Amino acid sequence: MATPTLEKSGKAPEPEAGFADSPYITATFRIRRFNPEVSEDAQWQDFQISIDPKERVLDALHKIKWEVDGTLTFRRSCAHGICGSDAMRINGKNRLACKTLIKDLSPEKPITVEAIKGLTVLKDLVVDMDPFFQAYRDVMPFLITKGNEPTRERLQSAEDRERFDDTTKCILCAACTSSCPVFWNDGQYFGPAAIVNAHRFIFDSRDEGGEQRLEILNDRDGVWRCRTTFNCTDACPRGIEVTKAIQEVKRALITRRF
Amino acid sequence: MSTESTSAIGEVEGVEPPRRYDADHPAPVIEPPRKRTGKTPKGSGTNFEMYAWLFMRLSGIVLVVLVIGHLLIQLVLDGGVSKIGFAFVAGRWASPFWQVWDLTMLWLAMLHGANGLRTVINDYAERDNTRFWLKMLLYTATVFTVLLGTLVIFTFDPNIR
Ligand code: HEM
Ligand code: SF4
Ligand code: FES
Repeated sequence: MATPTLEKSGKAPEPEAGFADSPYITATFRIRRFNPEVSEDAQWQDFQISIDPKERVLDALHKIKWEVDGTLTFRRSCAHGICGSDAMRINGKNRLACKTLIKDLSPEKPITVEAIKGLTVLKDLVVDMDPFFQAYRDVMPFLITKGNEPTRERLQSAEDRERFDDTTKCILCAACTSSCPVFWNDGQYFGPAAIVNAHRFIFDSRDEGGEQRLEILNDRDGVWRCRTTFNCTDACPRGIEVTKAIQEVKRALITRRF
Repeated sequence: MSTESTSAIGEVEGVEPPRRYDADHPAPVIEPPRKRTGKTPKGSGTNFEMYAWLFMRLSGIVLVVLVIGHLLIQLVLDGGVSKIGFAFVAGRWASPFWQVWDLTMLWLAMLHGANGLRTVINDYAERDNTRFWLKMLLYTATVFTVLLGTLVIFTFDPNIR
């Protein structure tokens, strides 16, 4: 059993010699390490591994954790881009490690991997997601209706469903919120993800809590803090037009008043 | 096994004992300034932020015309900066049109700039006290400049000596 070490950068076993046309390349992963049980300082650590560039960054992290340094800590669950656990800052851009192919990252240079920004780093790539989910809870992301419950399903036309289709795709990975400079500076801002999930209900024809949610987002920490930086739209691994959703909420607020 | 804390020669002056952290004594984590918690105050329930946002865009549109016109007249047309002098200013302010132009520009640019800086302060000031005093300074400076400018535009006397 390998003893986990933090000090030295480890090397994974080389691929078997003799395969001239091996798909493996040697790539350097420069990972931002932090372990409060060892040091108060975070530091970069390089890991050189040989890996097939058609694999994903998550596979590389697995390889490092399983074969080189067992103390490397990160979140992942589904490994297929749907649970939203493994958003991280890879080569300076927020992405899901499980949806990022190594070959798309110019692996001839070191690939940097660090925790998403604006949230407390607990260990290595794991951050405290509480403030993120607090903002999510604060926009009441559930169906709100008045009156008696119907005896059958609540019907909705295809067009009405289409109206908020984009924002139903969110997996709450926090890639958008933690890419937003306003959120970095002031974590009280609801952030793009909370607004996306409010949008999902505000524009749902079956929901009757839209007015309440709009009022919440009309707040000091709501949509008006958005500076249309578009970092969120660039970051979203689900391809949601996040900035557009925020603008739609702004527009709904304005047209509601005038 | 650790011997650092019970060195045979005791604590050496000027040498810091090595910092040590373990599972029971972890290092402090770095928390972001002002994170959202269940106790984060709810908003004021007014539309102030919405009007401020709209004002930035509407005043911006008007400012494009006013500022570019202003810059052209002051710095480019008719001899550039060299023509600017007491007489030039007096001549322009003799016309109510330029008085209104400059007054509108003064008010819009000041309020626009002040609200922009309010945004910047809200974004960057971390402690509530810092925010409060920076904003007070900003508002004082804004009121002073707007009032002084307005006073000058209306009470300007070309025959002063
Ligand atoms: C010339 C036409 C102008 C236009 C079209 C314009 C437009 C805008 C807009 C739309 C914003 C809001 C940006 C956002 O919320 O993301 C803004 C912000 C701002 N403006 Fe202007 N503006 C103009 C002139 C001025 C002038 C003359 C001043 C200075 C007196 C000024 C100072 C500011 C400041 C300090 C901000 C805040 C910057 C920030 O939010 O990061 N602007 N401007
Ligand atoms: S909007 Fe996109 S980036 Fe933001 S939390 Fe949802 S899936 Fe992640
Ligand atoms: S591990 Fe589930 S989204 Fe990447």
